[in-house]
Amino acid sequence: MTRMPENSPQPLLAVQHLSKFFGRQLGCHDISFAVSPGEVIGVVGESGSGKSTLLNCIAGRIKPSNGSVFFHSSEGMTDLCRCDEALMRKIIRTQTGYVTQNAAQGLKMHISAGGNIGEKLMAGGMRHYGQIRKMALAWLERVEIDPERIDDLPATFSGGMQQRLQIAANLVNAPKIMLMDEPTSGLDVSVQARLIDVLRKLVSGLHLSMVLVTHDLAVARLLCHRLYVMKQGEMVESGLSDQILDDPRQPYTQLLVSSVLKP
Amino acid sequence: MPLSYNFAYLDEQSKKMIRRSILKAIAIPGFQVPFGGREMPLPYGWGTGGIQLTAAVIGPDDRLKVIDQGSDDTVNAISIKAFFKKTAGIETTEDTERATIIQTRHRIPETPLQNGQIMVFQVPIPEPLQFIEPKKSQTVKMHGFEEYGSMHVKLYEDIAKFGRIATAFDYPVQVHQRYIMSPSPIPKYDNPKLHRSPAVHLFGAGREKRIYAVPPYTDVVSLDFEDYPFELEKWDGACAVCGSTDSFLDEIITDDTGTRMFICSDTEYCQKKSGNTFS
Repeated sequence: MTRMPENSPQPLLAVQHLSKFFGRQLGCHDISFAVSPGEVIGVVGESGSGKSTLLNCIAGRIKPSNGSVFFHSSEGMTDLCRCDEALMRKIIRTQTGYVTQNAAQGLKMHISAGGNIGEKLMAGGMRHYGQIRKMALAWLERVEIDPERIDDLPATFSGGMQQRLQIAANLVNAPKIMLMDEPTSGLDVSVQARLIDVLRKLVSGLHLSMVLVTHDLAVARLLCHRLYVMKQGEMVESGLSDQILDDPRQPYTQLLVSSVLKP
Repeated sequence: MPLSYNFAYLDEQSKKMIRRSILKAIAIPGFQVPFGGREMPLPYGWGTGGIQLTAAVIGPDDRLKVIDQGSDDTVNAISIKAFFKKTAGIETTEDTERATIIQTRHRIPETPLQNGQIMVFQVPIPEPLQFIEPKKSQTVKMHGFEEYGSMHVKLYEDIAKFGRIATAFDYPVQVHQRYIMSPSPIPKYDNPKLHRSPAVHLFGAGREKRIYAVPPYTDVVSLDFEDYPFELEKWDGACAVCGSTDSFLDEIITDDTGTRMFICSDTEYCQKKSGNTFS
């Protein structure tokens, strides 16, 4: 199941035999997959199937019980679970982005939109206010937020705008991979569509890799090249998105696909 | 003097513990060292951190000066002086040049400090990163891994809102090219006085139980942007009492129609300059 994609010998991210136990409770078990540069991976499954746990392990937010997360950084292939913490934090900070379902967790709500976008730039060492401002304005435009609102607090933004702001704040320092945890949940359908549209443009324009965790199969079909299906902490099926969604082999995947409501 | 207290109030073991933390703080300039803060006979927020540091470093030959808002004769300054007079039997002074230990709340005296003098600051909030990251477990790591970029977010917000860096006190500094430090609520006017100062600067936070220090002749640089450099406050006039144009001035409203005057915040400096001796 963990074949490396043929077109790229060196994956950007390789997860190997990753497990996480919370005491006797299973988070995810023996997960392996690889992401090539520019590839969008979807992880689907019902609530509680261990999707978010997996993503948090990759993002260094929780420490896995077992296994490795290899990341192809400037230092070569680095195991984020075993390397020096300073290096791990540096790689996570400079080369990955993390978008949460709840924008209030990913954004600093008491800091203006411009400050939120500029934070990663300043963390990267930019010390010129004018330049930071310029980049913040450009990114607001790219995620289709009125640049006039650069000094407004994110709390005054709608849910969809907050989510787009979160994406801009994560993309501004040009990370290699975006980790997204249910970015479209909790938004109404038309707002979702706009968000997906923005994401598609950005992903293809920036040659960005992405791991997208979602329970929304429609979103997964639109954005992802390949899909992984999780059930009770285990990976049950993987393949090209269309193949999984049109011709699911595992009974669980068949159930998942058939349970989508069609208007 | 009835010696019902140990010298300088604290017991010797407590003083020893505090001195150990001070030594560690001096060895790692700007780093916040936790210490076992003791209950002092005054409320948190009135200088419990500073008073413990003073108690730990003071000796029978020291001359203590205490200032509050730059003034030698406010209630807090007088009470702390009286406290050490009573418990340590030491001499107190208002003269910056004669003082060996100066405990302060908001100011660094205008009279230049000398090598051998000890400044003791009473610190309310020792953690400069608190505004950006409320979790202590995270700020410790940010200091450890030198992840300081987000410190500029506060300054960015100032410029975005007010068109300039509006932070006027507790202005964050980087010490010895390493740790970001909160210089306690001194006006940013006093920040340059910390840079390569010949005196020792000790900072004590009683409630938060942290000690940090700037040893003599250490670099202390105020954070800023390339296009918005660090600037000092300026006043149009001079001190109404002594005529000084190079000291930190307080604005005082003198009547109901908005008449105002500016006078030195450092009372001792002002008195010396004007030749007055009020006390």
